[in-house]
Amino acid sequence: MLLKTLSELNGTSGAEGSVRDFLRQQLKPFVDTLVVDKMGNLIATKNAHLPGPKIMLSAHMDEVALMITDITSDGFLKFQPVGGIDARILVSKPIQMNEALIGVIGSKAIHLQKSSERQKSLTFDQLYIDIGAKCKEEATSKVKLGDYAYFMTKCEPFGEGLYKGKAFDDRVGCALLVELLKQDYAFPLVAAFTVQEEVGLRGAKIAAYHVAPDFAIVLEGTVAADVSDREEDGWVTELGKGPACSLLDRTTLYSPKLIQWVVDIARGKGIPLQFRRGASGGNDAGSIHVSKAGIPTVVLSVPCRYIHSFVSVISEHDYTACFNLVAALLANLPRKLSINPMGEEEL
Amino acid sequence: MDFKLLEQLTQLFGPSGSEERVAEFISAQVRPYCDNLTSDTLGNLIVHRHGTGKRIMIAAHMDEIGLMITHINKEGFLRFTPLGGVRIQNLIGQRVQFAQGRIGTIWVEKLDRPTDFKLDKLYLDIGVSSREEAEQFVHIGEPAVFVGNFAESESRIISKALDDRVGCFVAIEALRRTKSTHELAFVFTVQEEIGTRGALTAAYALEPDLAIAVDVTATGDTPKAHPMSVELGKGVGIKVLDHSMVTSPQIKRWMADVAADRKIPFQWEVLEYGGTDSGAIHLSRGGVPSGVLSIPTRYVHSPAEMLDKHDVEAAVELLVVLLESNAEL
Repeated sequence: MLLKTLSELNGTSGAEGSVRDFLRQQLKPFVDTLVVDKMGNLIATKNAHLPGPKIMLSAHMDEVALMITDITSDGFLKFQPVGGIDARILVSKPIQMNEALIGVIGSKAIHLQKSSERQKSLTFDQLYIDIGAKCKEEATSKVKLGDYAYFMTKCEPFGEGLYKGKAFDDRVGCALLVELLKQDYAFPLVAAFTVQEEVGLRGAKIAAYHVAPDFAIVLEGTVAADVSDREEDGWVTELGKGPACSLLDRTTLYSPKLIQWVVDIARGKGIPLQFRRGASGGNDAGSIHVSKAGIPTVVLSVPCRYIHSFVSVISEHDYTACFNLVAALLANLPRKLSINPMGEEEL
Repeated sequence: MDFKLLEQLTQLFGPSGSEERVAEFISAQVRPYCDNLTSDTLGNLIVHRHGTGKRIMIAAHMDEIGLMITHINKEGFLRFTPLGGVRIQNLIGQRVQFAQGRIGTIWVEKLDRPTDFKLDKLYLDIGVSSREEAEQFVHIGEPAVFVGNFAESESRIISKALDDRVGCFVAIEALRRTKSTHELAFVFTVQEEIGTRGALTAAYALEPDLAIAVDVTATGDTPKAHPMSVELGKGVGIKVLDHSMVTSPQIKRWMADVAADRKIPFQWEVLEYGGTDSGAIHLSRGGVPSGVLSIPTRYVHSPAEMLDKHDVEAAVELLVVLLESNAEL
């Protein structure tokens, strides 16, 4: 299964190589060209010879992880997050580094903590990785500063049509994009598998600039908070209700006309659709929509519970519905799309 | 000077991302004075007046701060998120209006402690009793603006959205009056309040030689205000610095020399926060020499912003003569 393999690959911001290599090999039979740009984005193109509009689909390859920033005299590793990670979720988790090296994130056991310490959650400074090294020299022979540590989570089905796994943000987008590229289209289509989204939408900025598409669709994994301690108005998205169309986040205010186009197509095809009802966070659209003279951009996301953690949860139903919706959008691209609020714009 | 046009501009509905009505209104105002009108992907309105000199971009943003609906509960109460720099503590009892005219009021849940006062404790009541009834008037993702009437006294004006409809007003007046022979592009920008996004793409497309943004700025002339030597009624502000830009000495000198020559009152403006469209424009491509003419305004980002009419007149006069100068920097 494509998503399982992608989920279990390790590739954080700036170290997306293994994900990129796997995608290249998967895509080769289905695309005309595969190029890696200076930043590390993988750019796959179909039908470059056909007349426009040129459509760009994008998904980011990087996941959140940890970076080793110090090795202590007794052989423990100190670290900092790459991308947004909640320090409270880290303690007592196994991690993997440099292909085969296993470690455990440690801290003082409950028996040794003062009652005042038990009141407070652990910070990055108090946590460390134990790789079983007896001294600094032994640790240094296996690890160097700047190495990355990844969550170790098998991607598995559970419950009714749910999957658990790490890095669904945004391997779920990568998997969808690979599936979409297996189909034929009558227009130039560029797929950008971007780098460094989690540290500031950096790969997409470069990709959008040199691809210069007429229209972009970003595929993402996003927050689902339909969980026990939240009231309905704080859910952002819900599992099982279909892909989420973004309205507003920290980096983009999505065009109401484009959102209406997505809603109309979903409704017409009977594909479930929900809105992403929260304004926090951001995604590659933030870099893409303001590239050059402006690029109309929409974002569709598969809802993920427990995102940016050791293990997140998605619904296969949402994944399939997201695929169906993007396929329907691509099959129904109007020659003229009134994105421009003042009039019709030639796509 | 007649401020009727400013009144009309301030009362239009135009939160970030939904500036169409402002663009349509401005289009009708400027059509007799320009060579052509275009708009771009993000919705910027670009008004061209051809000439033979420098390519000069004049930017004023059409969008105002507001709210966007994120949730409707089964009793018909709405939750929302800010569009732009909304001060949460000012929201209680505030009236807001949707594009179709529906008005609602903001209130707060019962709080155990004053420190619990957060955005997610606030709700919007539009006078309905169920989700179904609410959905006849609003939907998730729909924006709203604050209600704030236009009030004019001898020298002052109070209204919502003076930020930055007064900039639009100054630009329109300057376009009507100027006899400039430069190649002018008056750009009425979108999405300034959420990150100067419209100006970014417009500047890329236009590649100007020079840019001037017209926007409001804060003042230091109210009781125990943060020290800032900008006052209402003391003239147009010439921007020195804000969070998005430091103005180059050539631009400052050009603006101040022209103002002094024509005896137009001006004041140096140093703003320790915030930014304007020039912040985005001056970094476009290989860099664009950019300045800002500022209208001193009290209570910015509230439904009752206040400015002085003399400062607006000074801004129009200075913009007109700057565009008529040879602009050799």
